[in-house]
Amino acid sequence: MKLDHTQPLEYSTDQNQLNILGFWIFLGAEIMLFATLFTAYFTLEGRTGSGPTPADIFEITPVLIETFVLLTSSFTIGLGVHAMRLGRKNAMLTFFGITLLLGLGFLGVEIYEFTHYYHVGATYQTSAFTAALLTTLGTHGAHVTLGLFWGLFIILQVKKRGLTPENANKSFIFSLYWHFLDVVWIFIFSFIYLKGMMM
Amino acid sequence: MEFFERFAIPHPSPMIYASMVAIALVSIGILVGITYFKKWGYLWHEWFTTVDHKKIGIMYLISALVMLFRGGADAILMRAQLSGPDMKLLDGQHYNEIFTTHGVVMIMFMAMPFIFAFMNLVIPLQIGARDVAFPRLNALSFWLFFAGAMLFNISFVIGGSPDAGWTSYFPLAGNDFSTSVGTNYYMLALQISGIGSLMTGINMMTTILKMRAPGMTLMKMPMFTWSTLIANVIIVFAFPVLTVALLMGTTDRLFGTHFFTTTNGGMDMLWANFFWVWGHPEVYILILPAFGLYSEIISTFSSRNLYGYKSMVGSMVLISLLSFLVWTHHFFTMGQGALTNSIFSITTMAIAVPTGVKIFNWLFTLWKGKIRFTVPMLYSIGFIPLFTIGGVTGVMLAMSAADYQYHNTMFLVAHFHNTIIPGVVFAMLAGLTYYWPKFFGFMLNEKIGKSTFWLLTVGFVLAFFPMYITGLDGQARRMYTYSEATGFGPLNMLSFVGAALMAIGFATIVYNVYYSYKNSPRNIGSDPWDARSLEWATHTPVPEYNFARVPQVFSSEAFWDAKKKGHQLFKGELKDIHMPNNSGVPFIMGIIFFIAGFSFIFAIWIPAVIALIGIFVCMALRSFELDHGRHIHVKEIKEIEAQYEEVQGNEARSHTTTRV
Repeated sequence: MKLDHTQPLEYSTDQNQLNILGFWIFLGAEIMLFATLFTAYFTLEGRTGSGPTPADIFEITPVLIETFVLLTSSFTIGLGVHAMRLGRKNAMLTFFGITLLLGLGFLGVEIYEFTHYYHVGATYQTSAFTAALLTTLGTHGAHVTLGLFWGLFIILQVKKRGLTPENANKSFIFSLYWHFLDVVWIFIFSFIYLKGMMM
Repeated sequence: MEFFERFAIPHPSPMIYASMVAIALVSIGILVGITYFKKWGYLWHEWFTTVDHKKIGIMYLISALVMLFRGGADAILMRAQLSGPDMKLLDGQHYNEIFTTHGVVMIMFMAMPFIFAFMNLVIPLQIGARDVAFPRLNALSFWLFFAGAMLFNISFVIGGSPDAGWTSYFPLAGNDFSTSVGTNYYMLALQISGIGSLMTGINMMTTILKMRAPGMTLMKMPMFTWSTLIANVIIVFAFPVLTVALLMGTTDRLFGTHFFTTTNGGMDMLWANFFWVWGHPEVYILILPAFGLYSEIISTFSSRNLYGYKSMVGSMVLISLLSFLVWTHHFFTMGQGALTNSIFSITTMAIAVPTGVKIFNWLFTLWKGKIRFTVPMLYSIGFIPLFTIGGVTGVMLAMSAADYQYHNTMFLVAHFHNTIIPGVVFAMLAGLTYYWPKFFGFMLNEKIGKSTFWLLTVGFVLAFFPMYITGLDGQARRMYTYSEATGFGPLNMLSFVGAALMAIGFATIVYNVYYSYKNSPRNIGSDPWDARSLEWATHTPVPEYNFARVPQVFSSEAFWDAKKKGHQLFKGELKDIHMPNNSGVPFIMGIIFFIAGFSFIFAIWIPAVIALIGIFVCMALRSFELDHGRHIHVKEIKEIEAQYEEVQGNEARSHTTTRV
């Protein structure tokens, strides 16, 4: 493996650079995926049939908690990558661990939110609006869930094998993924929840 | 018993039972044959686990050819049913299933793998790379495509084929009107192969952007590489739309959601819009690499540099942008109003401009060239006028007011076959003939190849030009029969004759492979066509590592200029070459995806959940795996290179191009 020491560890091999570019392109595809979901949501949000409207079911408290938790986790993973670049393995692992805990917290509140929707009669089958809402939130939530497992595997690998170019590369790519989920959430928060509560 | 009833064919006919028996016999025959000849080990080590882009390309190629015959059988059945008024060969339901599977198979499981075959075979060689950026992901792409294709193809013997058209418009495709599991097959099979296509898009983009040989700047890339880059950008941005649409269609059918239903707020037009936001770029995903192949072939056999390189690139970029801005023209009659229709009319017509630029560039490349009428060149020259006719009728359809007359008639069917057959299918066959010697070590027979070309061209004209007339006279597409009083009979009979000629033409391709395998000389050298780009600068057949030394590129016609201007492509000492390891995981994941898809189609939840967990376990194992690949050492490279030189010494570099 040829190492280029002028570059940060995660960019230090040819394959690492390929992986990062490939992942950016993948995020491009993810943007299209969520853009399509948002399009469907905006088209269908007023089409509630005999079911509830957005204003009927949205609650600000859990949504605010989710938002703060997820945004904080984006900050902590940034600190994690910064620690990784300084070569401070334990600090990095701690920040990655905090990130995952915050992610888990987000997911817990989201599950609570979904059960709330179920109890107020907004199920997957109720109307076009609820189907679009739950699919958009659910796709984001599924990404977070996958990220929790992925991040856990990376922590285990860094623990076991240290800060190798390979592990640094994986950690960096995971941080890109995590930041991306945060960006998507900002759109969900602004254009699904806030807009919905004002309607 | 109720559990098993869902696997029964809803509309059985003797033909379907006969195919069931045939499929069972052929499958058993293949399994017994492989076991008898003890080929399981060979298949596993050399093919199922391979991550070599050349072998993956060959597997795509074989799959595409098989699917060509599967879709072709559908086509012949349809033309036979319509060859005369009130024919009784197929009933309405069976006809619905056949036009649906014909469309899906030809687009998703014939044309797509065909272009992926050429991308895989050619791109790394053309840019002077050792493999694609993510070889293992590449294998996974192939096996997902293959799993999707197989899943789709078993539909007509287990549970019934989809019957709502390849566009699968809702509410027709919803549970109320499509009661069999057929449309579930459509949703799941396309989803699985679509994920594979998306990964190929990421892979090819990364490969082309980061792995070009030193000296090959973007504007020195061969035209096929450019077309592949742009097609893959379109893949990355169009396929996620299909992913979401299919997901929503699946949940509507399996979980009772209301995305595309007519009750509880559902909106059926949302499907039509999503489908075509993906579907229109999709046809450019197919045609752009075809344009790239034509550019290579026309330039090679005119012995001239491609005319207007920059405008070729610019027009492809423009086409890729416009491809996302025209989707509404597929349903002008479905209620958008005059303003929207007018806007989409204009964007649609605008596509004719960059396409016209390309046509003129090819003509100017031919101008004053030393043209050699080889088989690939015949296809390319046949393509120019035929495709132009298809383009012109496309502009007719683009006029939204006039489209009210053409919409859903045979005129439309004639138009899109007129672009896809001379555009994509001819390009694939030209590419097949052109690249065959590079990968198999012998040339396909030119004489048989030329008769194939003429059979296909004459057959095509006879089959599809009459449809323009019957379409204008009001023959609707997707109607399984018509009365004698309509007067459509004679022209439809002509179409049938044309379709039969095309069928004979495709059969001659198989014969040609067999004949050439038996009779063609093997001492063809590495550059049998006197070609221009890097893939011809390495040995034939291509060694595992592609290039012993990484080439140094100085111009967009790197190999040609090496031959004519004495540019030194290969310099310096041999070094150890890093290669990726084989892996069986992509193949296994293909099988698991197949099981998951099948279980979802029939709503058997326990295996579905187990299979989904299996997919995530494979991904987790991949995360923990340490795989640094292996090295081919200099000594070994020298031995392999020496073998090639021995062979090439014997034939004294005879340029077989002089034979054609």
